[in-house]
Amino acid sequence: MTHTKKRIIANNIVMILSTLSALIGIGFLFWILGVLVINGVDALSMTIFTETGAPPGYADSGLKHALIGQLMIVGVATLVGVPLGILAGTYLSEYGQKSKLSETIRDISDIMMSAPSIVIGAFVYAVVVAPMGHFSGWAGSIALTIIMLPIILRTTDDMLQLVPSTLREAAFALGAPKYKVITQVVYRGAKAGILTGILLGVARVAGETAPLLFTSFNDNFLNTDMNAPVASLTVTMYNYATTPYEDWQKLGWAAAFILSMFILSLNIIGRLFIMKKRGK
Amino acid sequence: MNIIIDKFFANTTKLIAIAILLLVAWIFTVLFQHSMESIEALGFDFITGTKWAPNLEKFGALPAIYGSVVSTFLAMLLAVPLAIGVAIFLSELAPAKLKSPVGVSIELLAAIPSVIYGMWGLFYFVPIVRDIFGGIGISMLTAGIVLSIMILPFMAAVTRDAMNTTPDILKESAYALGGTKWDVIKDIIIPYAKAGIIGSFILALGRAIGETMAVTFVMGNVHNISLDLTAPATSIPVTLANEFTEADSGLYYSSLFELSLLLLVISFTIISIAKFYFLRRKRTA
Repeated sequence: MTHTKKRIIANNIVMILSTLSALIGIGFLFWILGVLVINGVDALSMTIFTETGAPPGYADSGLKHALIGQLMIVGVATLVGVPLGILAGTYLSEYGQKSKLSETIRDISDIMMSAPSIVIGAFVYAVVVAPMGHFSGWAGSIALTIIMLPIILRTTDDMLQLVPSTLREAAFALGAPKYKVITQVVYRGAKAGILTGILLGVARVAGETAPLLFTSFNDNFLNTDMNAPVASLTVTMYNYATTPYEDWQKLGWAAAFILSMFILSLNIIGRLFIMKKRGK
Repeated sequence: MNIIIDKFFANTTKLIAIAILLLVAWIFTVLFQHSMESIEALGFDFITGTKWAPNLEKFGALPAIYGSVVSTFLAMLLAVPLAIGVAIFLSELAPAKLKSPVGVSIELLAAIPSVIYGMWGLFYFVPIVRDIFGGIGISMLTAGIVLSIMILPFMAAVTRDAMNTTPDILKESAYALGGTKWDVIKDIIIPYAKAGIIGSFILALGRAIGETMAVTFVMGNVHNISLDLTAPATSIPVTLANEFTEADSGLYYSSLFELSLLLLVISFTIISIAKFYFLRRKRTA
């Protein structure tokens, strides 16, 4: 066998293996997606949105409590995390730039983005839940805020750096003070990018379960008091799926489907923003 | 007036940025303080002890550490070749019409919450493992497989990105010399993108070891060191998720905090290695 022939055979083997592994990988992922859609659509009904939790066997059980609870926990985390993250990112890009302090904050934020979220739950348990003496929606929001901060900070930082410095210089030349340059020129230039960062940050924390297990805990009924345990879609899903009751498992799938669709839409909208910006 | 607002704005942003550093330091401090009771009472026995029996006030973390290491190792063993395969397919093989839709759907799958992978694992994968390998299906092996599927989209996407950084002119030169696709991949693309590829694998490893929800459903939380992969097991995050709200004594709490601290230190170290040795600010993941 000639050398060329050997290379061609080796090439064909690798190409087949690689296509095969792509098929296996993609197959698994679509299997999960298929399971999610089939079970989710099957479990969806109007009562999901109008009723709260009920003992297994009850026909009228729903996820209203978890949907509202999820919105409250993620909503508060977003209201706190987004402005803080944007301001900190502004410091990195506009004031600190390549200083040692900024570089350290960037590094630590990057690491925090991949750090185990359950540890954040343990931390919030120690500083919020234990002193207060009970689980609360606030504690859940604080845990999610901590997870969201580095994401918003780093995307803001990256997006602001993309704004051409000539824009800043032009504004300075007109006599604008720095804060006006930032809030009226730089922020506007980076609007789409920052918005995408926010959407992705919200999508990321909306799917978090582990940090909520021992902060916001869970509740089977509608509770809008953030000072008490609050139900979330993710923890409800976990609790229902691990029970032997089929109707609860069904509710779990409905929660999984609603949550995934929410997160996927945020991701797709975020991508569209970025694409529109690039298209210009 | 402008000068005052200007100063105020600059200082506020700086304060918040520094607060983030302090927050991270605070997390480490709090976890350490809460671990003190267990560190003082158990010392190194905590890490080397094989018996975890809260009712007897015995806390040995070795089964959980063992479970974390083995399940993550299994996950990497399965996910690395698949991720390389998918990445080669996406960057070199797939026709242009497929590249973007398949690539985007893989990136979107990376955004699906891990709790859903866990749920899928419990309802659909546990029975398969039970039928093929015996046992109850809730096992170390199941956890490793579900974990590998969970990190696959992230790994494949970053590996593809790393491969795509290879300049076209290098590839074209190799093709012009008569190289096959595999020649170009192994002699041009992989050497060029090596640091990025290894870095993304280590980053995925750091994520896998701290992952809670994908494995909690299918691992069983049994504190036992067994070479039998079809036996139920536990890992550090699985123990935390299952036992944190049940802890009823000071020492029990404290040992769970020590587990959290241990997990945070391990993942911080792994992620730092990925970042500082391999991914020196080329991309943020």
